[in-house]
Amino acid sequence: MLLQVKEVTHAYRENRTFWSSSRQAPVLSNVSLTLEEGQCLGLLGTSGAGKSTLGKVILGMEKPQTGQVLFQEHDFYKVHGSAKRALRRDLQAVFQDSYSAVNPRLTAEQIIGEPLENYERLSQREQKAKVGELLETVGLKAEDMTKYPNQFSGGQLQRIAIARAIALRPKLIVLDESVSSLDMVNQTYILDLLNKLKKDFGLSYLFITHDIKAAYTLCDKLAVMERGEIVDSFQDKDHIFNSTHSAVKKLLSAMLPEHPRYRTRMRRDESQS
Amino acid sequence: MEKAYKALEVSGLHVHVKSKQGMTPLVRNIHFEIERGSVLGLVGESGCGKSVTCNALLRLLDPRQTSVEGSVKLNGRELSGLHEEEMRQIRGKEIAMIMQNPMSAFTPVYPIGDAFIETIRTHTRLTKKQALELAVSSMEAVNLPDPASLLNKYPFQLSGGMLQRVMIAICMSLRPAVVIADEPTTALDVVNQLGVLKELDRLRVEHGMAILLISHDLGVISELADEVAVMQHGEIVERADVFQLFDHPKHPYTQKLLHARPKLIRNEPKYNR
Repeated sequence: MLLQVKEVTHAYRENRTFWSSSRQAPVLSNVSLTLEEGQCLGLLGTSGAGKSTLGKVILGMEKPQTGQVLFQEHDFYKVHGSAKRALRRDLQAVFQDSYSAVNPRLTAEQIIGEPLENYERLSQREQKAKVGELLETVGLKAEDMTKYPNQFSGGQLQRIAIARAIALRPKLIVLDESVSSLDMVNQTYILDLLNKLKKDFGLSYLFITHDIKAAYTLCDKLAVMERGEIVDSFQDKDHIFNSTHSAVKKLLSAMLPEHPRYRTRMRRDESQS
Repeated sequence: MEKAYKALEVSGLHVHVKSKQGMTPLVRNIHFEIERGSVLGLVGESGCGKSVTCNALLRLLDPRQTSVEGSVKLNGRELSGLHEEEMRQIRGKEIAMIMQNPMSAFTPVYPIGDAFIETIRTHTRLTKKQALELAVSSMEAVNLPDPASLLNKYPFQLSGGMLQRVMIAICMSLRPAVVIADEPTTALDVVNQLGVLKELDRLRVEHGMAILLISHDLGVISELADEVAVMQHGEIVERADVFQLFDHPKHPYTQKLLHARPKLIRNEPKYNR
């Protein structure tokens, strides 16, 4: 078992004002999920459902109040030192806003080289070759490594973030709305790329999104969150269409049509056609 | 008489930007017109000139760095020769704009009511009290709960979906003839997205507004647009009725865009009612 989340509950403290003491705002209640190696889980839900918080808990960025997160049978929040360092290596993340996920004063080579520097003792020459190779894996050119983030488009920068994430051949990548801010052509490109990487390197993904179509293209199984709970999950992604849960139905019915034929909009000439 | 004119008529629009190499064209030879109560969708991938086009229509581009040529007619009235002060009166009153990111479109240090009342009072002779009443009624019109208390809230206290509705309410309060919606739902989750699109559609039907809908999302386009213009490298490469475009795309770039959609739901009508 690659990842096990057991009954995780978490709350953020609401701001204390002069008149009232602080309150707890629950964001995750009793969330459990499992992910096998090589699998891809899509985590769906509207904004504020707790998807990103769950992602952070899994990444070890937010310690849950109760419950356990086991990554490769180790509790991330209990191991320390070199054991934690080794675990970290196998767990990477790609976020929605690639511009804020990279240091604007570093070149692409330095950005992608950073994890390599931290974990692998490569000579400068080897590292450079490796970065070039990674850039080509994600569909950029090796010569692009001298460029700075502002010289790349959003889609290209997202590919750099992916190159950085796969640099150490991790086991699991958490993709938090990684394609949501891209246009359709780039979205399709990135989804295809992620699919290919998954097959080539046997990666697992936790794909956090509100976009059912994107999740459906990439994932093997799906889970839907609402108000901090996983309300329904599907071992086979096709079963999502038969779900009877209101949160799932809401997401499905909000899906935009693929052709104007199926649209819900009122149309004055609709009666004729 | 008024009906003889199109709500918005754009012809021969060129935008150049001053660069070290001289004048670089950004947008070339744009022609389109929108009738009252109809929606023109403008699609294309990021960087193709969609947003530059709509900024040029509103003359929001810096004249020191860009030059705009061509004719823009609003209800038959030529806008291109107008003075800055006259243009200022048209913006917001006759052509309104809904921007992509509601979080950055509002001044964070003032409650949203201030922005609302400022906009209304700039363009009308209403008193503060009347403006407040108009604000409350237009917020009710876009299904915002408890408008009176919302007006005292700051932008960061509202969710993205709610803030986008507030922006739509501000735009609609002055009953503009044309609304430019630049990626109005890209920052929202799917459920809010459909809500905002339905709102735009309702305003179109009830007030006969013309909408220029800019989006890279063909789902958004197929939901709302009557006619579609496809942009590539600063030019409109194809313009057609939305059904025509989806069924028989002529230009290879349009075919590529349609092909780039994530296709996953085979027997579609079942899920799209």
